[in-house]
Amino acid sequence: MLRHQGTIVGAGFTPALVRNMEKELTLNIKQIDPYRWKIEKEGSMKVEGIVYADSRIMEEIKRDLSLRQVANVATLPGIVRASLAMPDIHEGYGFPIGGVAAFDETGVVSPGGVGYDINCGVRVLRSNLRREEIQNMMKELVNTLFRNIPTGVGSHRKDLKLGIEEEKGLLRQGARWAVNRGYGYERDLDHIEERGCIQGADPGEVSDRAMERGRAQVGTLGSGNHFVEVDVISEIYDEKLARTLGLELGGVAVQVHTGSRGLGYQVCDDFIGVMLRAASKYGIELVDRQLCCAPIDSEEGRRYFAAMACAANFAFTNRQMITHWVRESFSHMLKRPSEELGLELIYDVCHNIAKFETHNVDGKPTKLCVHRKGATRALPPGHPQTPAAYKEIGQPVLIPGDMGRCSYVLVGTEAASQETFTSSCHGAGRVMSRTQAMKRAKGKNILREMEDKGIIVRASGWDTLAEEIPEAYKDVTEVVDVVHNAGIARKVVQLKPLGVIKG
Amino acid sequence: MPMKESASKRYKVLEHTADLALEVYGRDLKELFGNAAFALFDVVTDLSRVEEKVERTIRLRSFDLEELLVNWLNELLYYHEVEQLLFKRFEVKGLESDNLEAVAYGESFREGRHLILTSPKAVTHHKIEVVEVPGGWRARVIIDL
Repeated sequence: MLRHQGTIVGAGFTPALVRNMEKELTLNIKQIDPYRWKIEKEGSMKVEGIVYADSRIMEEIKRDLSLRQVANVATLPGIVRASLAMPDIHEGYGFPIGGVAAFDETGVVSPGGVGYDINCGVRVLRSNLRREEIQNMMKELVNTLFRNIPTGVGSHRKDLKLGIEEEKGLLRQGARWAVNRGYGYERDLDHIEERGCIQGADPGEVSDRAMERGRAQVGTLGSGNHFVEVDVISEIYDEKLARTLGLELGGVAVQVHTGSRGLGYQVCDDFIGVMLRAASKYGIELVDRQLCCAPIDSEEGRRYFAAMACAANFAFTNRQMITHWVRESFSHMLKRPSEELGLELIYDVCHNIAKFETHNVDGKPTKLCVHRKGATRALPPGHPQTPAAYKEIGQPVLIPGDMGRCSYVLVGTEAASQETFTSSCHGAGRVMSRTQAMKRAKGKNILREMEDKGIIVRASGWDTLAEEIPEAYKDVTEVVDVVHNAGIARKVVQLKPLGVIKG
Repeated sequence: MPMKESASKRYKVLEHTADLALEVYGRDLKELFGNAAFALFDVVTDLSRVEEKVERTIRLRSFDLEELLVNWLNELLYYHEVEQLLFKRFEVKGLESDNLEAVAYGESFREGRHLILTSPKAVTHHKIEVVEVPGGWRARVIIDL
């Protein structure tokens, strides 16, 4: 049994029905097996909660409100099977970060279940390069990346100016828009979740303000945990799977981690206002106002989905453009065309998204609205949407870690399609608050410390760097081991950073 | 109406794993809202290097004080992001439970002059609190970074 403080609900909040959870402080948690825990269905929970964690990670999870948030999500109308949590779960806004929740046609769609950074996600590029070939030019390579990829306040490519109509096209088409303009290759699209375009995007539902923020920030990396990282393949767990992905020991890979920037934040904020009113209008009981939502089949629900899809498409485009500049930077440094360098996209996944997907529920294929808030889709081998190149091994699952340790590439499994609506974890998850991290970093020369470990870092803000010190994060290896051992994804390779640019 | 108190009395940073949580104080609601905005930009940049060169008038309507506070701060973040403005002083002229009128003073970000310490994504509604306490008001806001 676990005792938590109840979720605190805004005092003057009257329009929606808000029940104070203070009276329901106790969660009944049972361990199912070494990697699975159950939060028993109680009170207004419509389904149980399932948490993927080992005993040690579970102790860490219990320190914040994330388990209460898993239970809170289980109270929402139309939720199917269970409110799920991955081992990298931590406290979010209403929905926990590291959570998965699927709703049937009677259910809801919620901006909180997607988050502010809509389609924050990651992609990984392979290459024909060996570590030795770039080792001596890392400093200059990182500087070149830093020059070519806009980071920090107000930074923007001078060669990129968008009109409103062009921006609307971008929001409708996603990564295709970028490819049509020479950013990357046609074949890149085969290796992006949903081929880089969520259907149903309607720019008419995106506010002028969000459109404006989008125009100012298209093709920019952003700050916080966003990065571009040059990595070396440091360990291989399955030779055959690694070969299919085009990865070998000592080879060089690149990760791009960013999202929909201010456009996505604005869409989220705009629709939280809409959804607070909608929840009240449709009589949906909220235990936390940030869980605000509307029925999938309502005007508000449809409008949010159409706007969210635009933001998701913006994020796909953003990563596609940055990929182009990554290829240009490598090509410039190595004085060889990027095709020759083999900088091919392995895959691109969303970490924050709501999508309509078909999953088996009680043996029947059912259309569900799956919310992944800090979680990754993980399709099994043979799934119709698993790209042709990976049909036999499953969809690549990309798990970035902190800037000092390592990241992982995994593949989806059949178990994930049975248990988690084909979902897996998404990253390390913080263990230290930003203020704690800043205190820890005080007086340290972080750049020097990283360089001593063989990692070249360029960042536009000192605070960003301090907040992102490796110690501030859970060890991603522990997180990945849980999903691997639980069978909801399979480890393929480990990546270690050589150079990083951050916002 | 420039604030006279030291920065440490206007707000404090609370420990929160994923994000930045601020606890803000004010003798009345107007001061509370002004201090919340000050706190936001105080974590974004070194405000001693920011001058008052431009102003933006902001008028907002919301259905309660909590939403009003979140919308006010997000409005300022919008100007920060689109016009690269850094605000250092705020005059809250009118404030009721559902509407606000204020003027924010500051200047545009200049490379070399200003340092960006943190770039907030958005001010969230999570655990938002605006409460009357002995001697004034206290608010808590959580900022997604």
